Amino acid sequence: MATLVSAGLVDCDIHNHPASEARLRPYLAERWRRHLERFGGRNRHGLAQGYPYPKSAPQAARVDAWPPGGGPPGSSLAFVREQLLDPLETSFGILNCLHAGAGQMDVELGAALCRAVNDWQVAEWLEPEPRLRASIVMPFDAGDLSAAEIDRVASHPGFVQALMLVRTLEPMGRRRYWPIFEACERQGMALGIHFGGYSGHPVSSSGWPSYYLEDHTAMAMAFQAQLVSLVFEGVFERFPGLQVVCIEGGVAWLPPLVWRMDRLFEAMRDEVPELRRRPSEYVREHVWLTTQPVEEPDRPEQLIQVFERIGWDRLLFATDYPHWDYDDPARAFASLPEGARERVYSGNARALYRLPES
Amino acid sequence: MSRVIDCDLPATAPPVSALHEHLDGYWRDTVVERGLRSIEPSYELPGSGVREPAMPADAELAVVNPITAIEALHSEDLAAALARGLNDWLRSRWLAADPRLRGSITVAPQSTDLAVAEIERLAGDGRFVQVLMPLRGQHPLGRRLYWPIYQACVRHRLVLAVRAGGNIGSAITPIGWPSHLVEDHASQSQAFQSQVMSLVLEGVFNRFPDLKVVLIRSGVSWLPSLCWRLDKNWKGLRREVPWVERRPSEIVRRSVRLTVRPFDAPAEAFAEVLSHLGSESMLLYGGGEGPVPDVDYDENARRTYPRLRD
Repeated sequence: MATLVSAGLVDCDIHNHPASEARLRPYLAERWRRHLERFGGRNRHGLAQGYPYPKSAPQAARVDAWPPGGGPPGSSLAFVREQLLDPLETSFGILNCLHAGAGQMDVELGAALCRAVNDWQVAEWLEPEPRLRASIVMPFDAGDLSAAEIDRVASHPGFVQALMLVRTLEPMGRRRYWPIFEACERQGMALGIHFGGYSGHPVSSSGWPSYYLEDHTAMAMAFQAQLVSLVFEGVFERFPGLQVVCIEGGVAWLPPLVWRMDRLFEAMRDEVPELRRRPSEYVREHVWLTTQPVEEPDRPEQLIQVFERIGWDRLLFATDYPHWDYDDPARAFASLPEGARERVYSGNARALYRLPES
Repeated sequence: MSRVIDCDLPATAPPVSALHEHLDGYWRDTVVERGLRSIEPSYELPGSGVREPAMPADAELAVVNPITAIEALHSEDLAAALARGLNDWLRSRWLAADPRLRGSITVAPQSTDLAVAEIERLAGDGRFVQVLMPLRGQHPLGRRLYWPIYQACVRHRLVLAVRAGGNIGSAITPIGWPSHLVEDHASQSQAFQSQVMSLVLEGVFNRFPDLKVVLIRSGVSWLPSLCWRLDKNWKGLRREVPWVERRPSEIVRRSVRLTVRPFDAPAEAFAEVLSHLGSESMLLYGGGEGPVPDVDYDENARRTYPRLRD
């Protein structure tokens, strides 16, 4: 890897997970420990454990990512070091914990679980491993509680971003989410939007599709819908400091979406008069994309054309370790032009997250 | 450009009163007694479409697509009755007005049985060249409950046209309801992506290899990135859909066609989008204003529509 990225790789999407729910107990108040034992959690689907679209593999993980000492993939810092950080010579890795707390229907329980996860991340990941940074998890459909959680932990230097999942209850531009954007601006922190979540709305605009393959692919469409909302609700006009990172949505849908938004803006701009600029301009200044799962045209130069349309300064490399659709930095896409490579694998993330030189 | 086949001449929804003469007694009484006056969609700009039958100046043939929201009604019998009335209105008001006009059979997707019956009722009229369904409905279009409609299309050499729009009372996005009409229109391209994916992965084109699906007012430019992502995910997850034996992009190129107005990409990007599509024969002319790529639209239309070859 040293030859690929002389400045040192920054991996913008690594998933850590508690080895078991018991590991969070020390970070939870007695009231919530009892609540979980008696009632469990509540999600917006019918299965107490697992998913209505069973993943392609247990925990959607690489088969080799299960720690030899037990526990689910991403639960052992030692094994993350051994399997990921050391061999890739990762300078910095951004942890995005996908624990189910953020999606709880009881947002008070969700807030308690998110507080516990964040405290667990500080104690068991950020303090012991200087190469790691983390996202603040929060009960993102409750804007006020999320803002409070950002403010509670933002002073820890290991937190570099606040994290939402892409499938929110309402489009992200709506007012319920504005306290989150205010808190991100206040704390000088990026807002990450990650693949996943269970909003309760069908993932397609015409009901529930049959397959995990569709659920997985349709996440890219959820990202598109979020950007449409953020742009046309005027979020970037109201929160000019907000920087949004689309994580694990792929990238190639962005140029055509921007073309479409610009075309419609020309035709219907009087419906959204608070927008003072074209959608493409807001996206160019406020939106970042992690590359995985990167689209794979037959002709690699077409992906380069897509990257050029997006802008080399907006792309952030990510592996998505330990999940099955992991992108390997040496093999995920064809060689990038000179100069672009350092930015995508390292420089852009360092600038966005204000990471020190290695 | 010489005169072309225009595959999307949008006709404004007629007031329900214009359908009265085409409804039988019970349904005519129903719409009058209950005050059902309009089937105009909420998801279009008010007054969208062409009001009076007329050939577009640049067209040698034109396919008329009525813009209605029949899919929004929750009674499948009422919806089917209105679709029948609308189709007979289309024949008498539009298709009789000019021999160069061709029609779409509007079906109410609420009931597959009634939709098939309507196709059977009208299939003998050679002026109808396609069956028209709204983009958005209760279920993804690949689901088996719709397959008898596709079988009827193939049986009668009709194309399946899927037009932007549709609203059955559920949110257009996987993240709920957006505030503005401009967001709704921006999100129609995500709805098209879902439907193409569903049609391919459920095996519709395995079962009906001769079926052509025409996407109307989709914006076109979103398709390459979907195909790239779908091919990649198919490579990783195809055990879930073992009947999909070829790459999704190949199936799409063979079976899916798109009208080019609007075209989301600006003119400077046409060549790039066409190279990413990998096929110029998927594009059909039609639908309003704006620059379009220069391809052989007439050849494409005749290859797409069996009944335009007659």
